[in-house]
Amino acid sequence: MSPSDLAAPWRSLGLTDWEYEQIVDKLGRGPNRVELAMFSLLWSEHCGYKHSKKLLRALPTEGERVVMGPGENAGAVDVGHGLAVAFKVESHNHPSAVEPFQGAATGVGGILRDVFAIGARPIALLDSLRFGEPVSSRSRYLLDHAVAGIGHYGNSIGVPTVGGEVYFEGPYEANCLVNAMCVGLAPQERLIRAAAGGVGNHVVLMGASTGRDGIGGASVLASAELDEGDQLKRPSVQIGDPFEEKKLLECCLELLERELLTSLQDLGAAGLTSAAAEMASKGEVAIDLDISRIPLREPGMEPFEIMVSESQERMLAVVSPERLDAAFAVCERWEVRATSIGRVAEGDALRVFDGEELVGDVPVRALVDECPLYDLEPDEVQRPRYRAPPELLSSEDPAVNLLALLASPNLTSRRPLFEQYDWLVQSRTVRRPGEADAAVLVLPSGAAIAVAIDGNGRRVAADPERGTAEAVYECAANLACVGAEPLGLTNCLNFGNPEKPGIAWQLTRAVAGLGDACRALGVPVVGGNVSLYNEGPQGPIYPTPVVGVVGELPDAARAGRLGFANEGDAIALAGRYAPSLEASELAKLRGKPLPNELPGLDVDELRRTLAAVRGGVRSGALASAHDIAEGGLAVAIAECCIAGGVGAEVALPPGAPSAPTGAASGPTGAASGPSDAPSAPTDPIAALFGEQPGAFVVSGEEGALLALDAEIAVIGRVGGAGMRLRAGEASLEVPVADLRHAHASGLASFFP
Amino acid sequence: MIGVVRFPGSCDEVDALKAASLVDDARILWHQETDLNGVDAVIVPGGFSYGDYLRVGAIARFSPIMGAVIELARGGGPVLGICNGFQVLCEAGLLPGALLPNQSLRFVCRQVEVEVVDAGTPFTRACEEGERLSIPVKHTSGCWFAPAEQRDRVRVVLRYAPGHNPNGSVRDVAGVCNETGNVFGLMPHPEHAVDALEGSTDGRKLFSSLASVSV
Repeated sequence: MSPSDLAAPWRSLGLTDWEYEQIVDKLGRGPNRVELAMFSLLWSEHCGYKHSKKLLRALPTEGERVVMGPGENAGAVDVGHGLAVAFKVESHNHPSAVEPFQGAATGVGGILRDVFAIGARPIALLDSLRFGEPVSSRSRYLLDHAVAGIGHYGNSIGVPTVGGEVYFEGPYEANCLVNAMCVGLAPQERLIRAAAGGVGNHVVLMGASTGRDGIGGASVLASAELDEGDQLKRPSVQIGDPFEEKKLLECCLELLERELLTSLQDLGAAGLTSAAAEMASKGEVAIDLDISRIPLREPGMEPFEIMVSESQERMLAVVSPERLDAAFAVCERWEVRATSIGRVAEGDALRVFDGEELVGDVPVRALVDECPLYDLEPDEVQRPRYRAPPELLSSEDPAVNLLALLASPNLTSRRPLFEQYDWLVQSRTVRRPGEADAAVLVLPSGAAIAVAIDGNGRRVAADPERGTAEAVYECAANLACVGAEPLGLTNCLNFGNPEKPGIAWQLTRAVAGLGDACRALGVPVVGGNVSLYNEGPQGPIYPTPVVGVVGELPDAARAGRLGFANEGDAIALAGRYAPSLEASELAKLRGKPLPNELPGLDVDELRRTLAAVRGGVRSGALASAHDIAEGGLAVAIAECCIAGGVGAEVALPPGAPSAPTGAASGPTGAASGPSDAPSAPTDPIAALFGEQPGAFVVSGEEGALLALDAEIAVIGRVGGAGMRLRAGEASLEVPVADLRHAHASGLASFFP
Repeated sequence: MIGVVRFPGSCDEVDALKAASLVDDARILWHQETDLNGVDAVIVPGGFSYGDYLRVGAIARFSPIMGAVIELARGGGPVLGICNGFQVLCEAGLLPGALLPNQSLRFVCRQVEVEVVDAGTPFTRACEEGERLSIPVKHTSGCWFAPAEQRDRVRVVLRYAPGHNPNGSVRDVAGVCNETGNVFGLMPHPEHAVDALEGSTDGRKLFSSLASVSV
């Protein structure tokens, strides 16, 4: 601590002098140590969203199927038959960069609590991970331990990890990203909100005892850039105990089933302070807490430590006096510690007592609703310039390029990772990782939900607006491939320091792109999370909005698969495919710098294609469906061959794989204006490996394919033991066994 | 009636209950109960019984319900341990050997094939000897081991098919029973192989075998 920090202790807690003055103003006096600690956390970026809240207001949040929108612990959508699906994605980046196993594990624990806090049983987990290149030993260490941590928590608690994604890029070397998404299922009438109510009701703390772990996690770790002193922050990382959470989860769900709770809230960032303040704020009541009643892990904890501890596996409930005994009986049965630590009161204060002594008295509104909000000062001129990646590939031979792409870290098989996760517990998993473009979970009615998570930071770095829109389109495409239509979306915005104008520009454009894409596809945003200050000594991460989408399909038995299914089936390219090598995976392997923007696309055409593919999967017309993403058409076909265990013979029509002649028309939402209409590549390498969202590789009977209401070009047949692909002058022929070998090799060596 | 034990950290008890319900009446047995309430076969399911931060199954073996389960087993009643249940039954001394951490030292979740070595048990009577079953595994400590001098005496019921051993178990053992055949433990999860929608129905044979003795 520097001498100036001793005179101004709020600085080391992450508050500015101006913010401190605001606090003094609102209290009418200087805050004491407890109050200052509480303000510093709730006014941190992580809890208060002070640099992002204004932007996020522009996102579309309304929709017919929305049951719970942003502001609650998780969003929820109606899936029919009286059921709701709740879901949310959240980051645990900085803790994972400091201590990857526990950071990732407690990230999972935290997102699980968010979902059962609203009364939904967690039925699926997904994760979105970003690391530096695996040639770096630090990246391999982070990957290995983060994956083990995710598995440790999810596997132990009995919630399947059904999907996810991981990318490796240099800018994540110092600051990895670990985002976890949880999906829950509940009868609609059992969903519960966090608003405290009923003056005189008990405030009950349930679960683990309170220790010194995670003190200041939200402000010290989550709301500041990483630097070289980070090993010293290790005590700010919490330790997870999935067994404790398993008991807590079952206990809370039973309490809700028996209608014993008035409201429920998890303890996450900023611990008890945040939980109690949120409940009081939403219920427009006061809460009095007596911290001397809180079970502690160690003696001598200061009141401020108790109030901000981020000890895991704790929940706060409001219980009416006449239900208290029954509630305690349920807790005892589950061996969950439960203590009445306070009461709901009239007024607008969060009062903290230590026995008889009042040690903190703060207006709830000031704490929660009056967190200062800042306008960003975006400046495109100052946008971060990212170093071009090293050149790893220079061959013009299509087969060499294909095999290199299949073995590259971003495209290689994720089997060594997902085999470390239990993806089948709870008996709902209809499509396992690797079987289809989205995870599919059957519902009691025989219908199903599909879930996908996506975000390509490199493309967002090239073009924040279109890159972010592409993440939404990609999720929608993944869902279409299993026959699902999106119902709602959650997001986690992982960016650098928003106080820097270039980062502010990335964030502003990305949120605009997200909103436009959601509006274009009619998908409401039901919740999300923001993780800023993701920077290391070498600079900011790629801006990485991660998007999670939940959709529905009417019949689980007809969920689509990505692998070619039948010898002799026709293979078609569906949708307007105008591939470009700009910001593609091949461009990365070739060491190309990022462009300054991405090509646009015709959103009307995309919508039409999505509907056609979705319909084709649902009707059974399509034997397989796979969207063309990283690595372009050639990689997509190779993946269909590998997953199906069968070869294919494909020839692209001369000139171009598709015929996007003329300008894009109609409202194009986030993406293109007429002048941006992509032109067909004449370069066969671009035709094979170029990327552009909105196109699919589908297979089935030729007549059924041609009947789809989309741009359709039959380009080949399923069959044989090899993949043969021709595009103009360029051609390749590779045995499926070799494709499989290359695809399996990329990460396998790290997980012997 | 089949009873499925539920420890506070069980994960697959609902799945096991559903699978058992396909072939017989089934109910949950809470770990604090000391009586089997008339069930005539017991499944000890997968999961992490009491967290398993200590050696897997080491605490569960002492839980109140296990007293009744051990009594049923000693009286010749059928007891099936799946994954964590297998570990618990080994800890309880009802089955030979022990489950060590996987050779990879990692959790592994994978569809594997197992071969029926012994079709003469109450759990495999619906199978044929040598028959292959496709059933998923998911565990961190599934590497079955017994000292060399004991191995020849152990009744092996299931073996991983060549190339399918996910954990490095001795002699590719996937499941063993006691000498009298009424206690059976296996690492694969047959309760996750009873519905074609989820990939395989081969696990049903083990449950239907059990149903025909549980009357």
